Amino acid sequence: MKKFVFAALCAALAHTALAQEKTPSGKVVAKNPVSAEAEQVFRNSFRTDNPKYWMSRIEQDDAMRLCGQYKDNPPAAVRQKIELAQKATIRYPVDGKLMGKWQEGEKIAAHGRGGHIGFIQPDAPMTPRGGNCYACHQLAPKEVAYGTIGPSLLHFGKLRGNSDDIVKYAYDKIYNSNAFNACTNMPRFGLHNWLTPEEITHVVAFLMDPESPVNKD
Amino acid sequence: MTESNVIRLLVAGMLALTGLGATSAWADKTSDEIAKYREMIADGNPAELLEAKGEALWTEKRGPKNTSLEQCDFGLGPGKLEGAYAQLPRYFKDTGKVMDVEARLVHCMVALQGFNQEEVTKQWFSRPGNESEIEALVTFIGAKSNGMPINVPATHPEEQKMYQIGEYVFYRRSGPQDFSCSICHGQDGKRIRLQELGNLTTKEGAGTAMKNWPSYRVSQGAVWTMERRLIDCMRQARFPEPKYLSDSIIALQVYLQKKATGTVMETPGIKR
Repeated sequence: MKKFVFAALCAALAHTALAQEKTPSGKVVAKNPVSAEAEQVFRNSFRTDNPKYWMSRIEQDDAMRLCGQYKDNPPAAVRQKIELAQKATIRYPVDGKLMGKWQEGEKIAAHGRGGHIGFIQPDAPMTPRGGNCYACHQLAPKEVAYGTIGPSLLHFGKLRGNSDDIVKYAYDKIYNSNAFNACTNMPRFGLHNWLTPEEITHVVAFLMDPESPVNKD
Repeated sequence: MTESNVIRLLVAGMLALTGLGATSAWADKTSDEIAKYREMIADGNPAELLEAKGEALWTEKRGPKNTSLEQCDFGLGPGKLEGAYAQLPRYFKDTGKVMDVEARLVHCMVALQGFNQEEVTKQWFSRPGNESEIEALVTFIGAKSNGMPINVPATHPEEQKMYQIGEYVFYRRSGPQDFSCSICHGQDGKRIRLQELGNLTTKEGAGTAMKNWPSYRVSQGAVWTMERRLIDCMRQARFPEPKYLSDSIIALQVYLQKKATGTVMETPGIKR
């Protein structure tokens, strides 16, 4: 048994040395030596009689897998690969209009519930899902209970002007944040259909419209 | 009026008073107010009632084998509870598993007292009007580590492996919001809304997060164990709930306790 453990440790160490890669900041990231087993352990941690829909929540796409593997900080080549693939996922509303109503966007930005599952404290079925933007961003100046995980978006449109390019950038970023910044902390709201394309246009208007409180003092 | 209402009222009061004040100053003030409130009720932490109940359950002869838990071994020898919680999770030879305090407690309730595991874990956390014996026992066992440093070096190969599994789970993204633990708890000095977030990858952040459990949660009006805390994190990430005592939850605790090692325990605690 002891010999086996020793051999396994040696193998793990060798594997670690081989799997090292440098991130843009020069930090060396070693691949987790037990990742295959860890994934199995994670999957086995759930009830087998959970509804299929619930269990779909633990599936990963390439971006999720790579971001986890590189602890949110992938090397340049991987970063580029993720961003290109994510860019290709972005879909637009049928009428092509990317600016919706800021009043609707304001509600979506403030609403943080929806989408909780499980036996202990799930949301009631059909609870509307919000964008929960204030959890991480400063937006309208009157809302002081904002988080700081993301940058301040106060005066977003006022500072950048509302050219078509900026409007499209805002839409794309909300739809799939990883198209611009692989492994960012920001969710991919459109990709996961957490918000519909139409809802995203409302949030875009909340950011861009000169009449939106985001762009007032 | 419940405590959660009191804290809401305090926060609302702050909001009304400050008006145009600088936002970050306001956020700091809110944190200060919550800290003051914490001090106010620290003298009579409701968790102490549960601690007393846990002590009674510890010594009482119970279960099909009509035995107390006093011979239960949490890693320092049968019945030795001083500092045991602060050194968990750890590898146990008799089960061949890395176990946290709750897994070990349930093991003893089954092995020593003869309880059926499924039945004895049915009420692993309390609901209003439905108290949990496990919660009481864990609060009692935790309190025996009050003032002692967390010490989980994870040197045994099985503990080391669980540390690595915990790290994997910490950074693993999935779900409709692309969440992982790291998204909110991987950086210094961030907030979600006004709630300050610890960087759990550092000793300071992990120490602050781990030293108070089990803890009376003012917003919940109940004591939460670490399993309850972590399983609810998964719910907030919009994942399905991991099973009680599952290896993911134990592995995360090894990861966090190793990071927090050296931090002095203050338990039972009071949290938001």
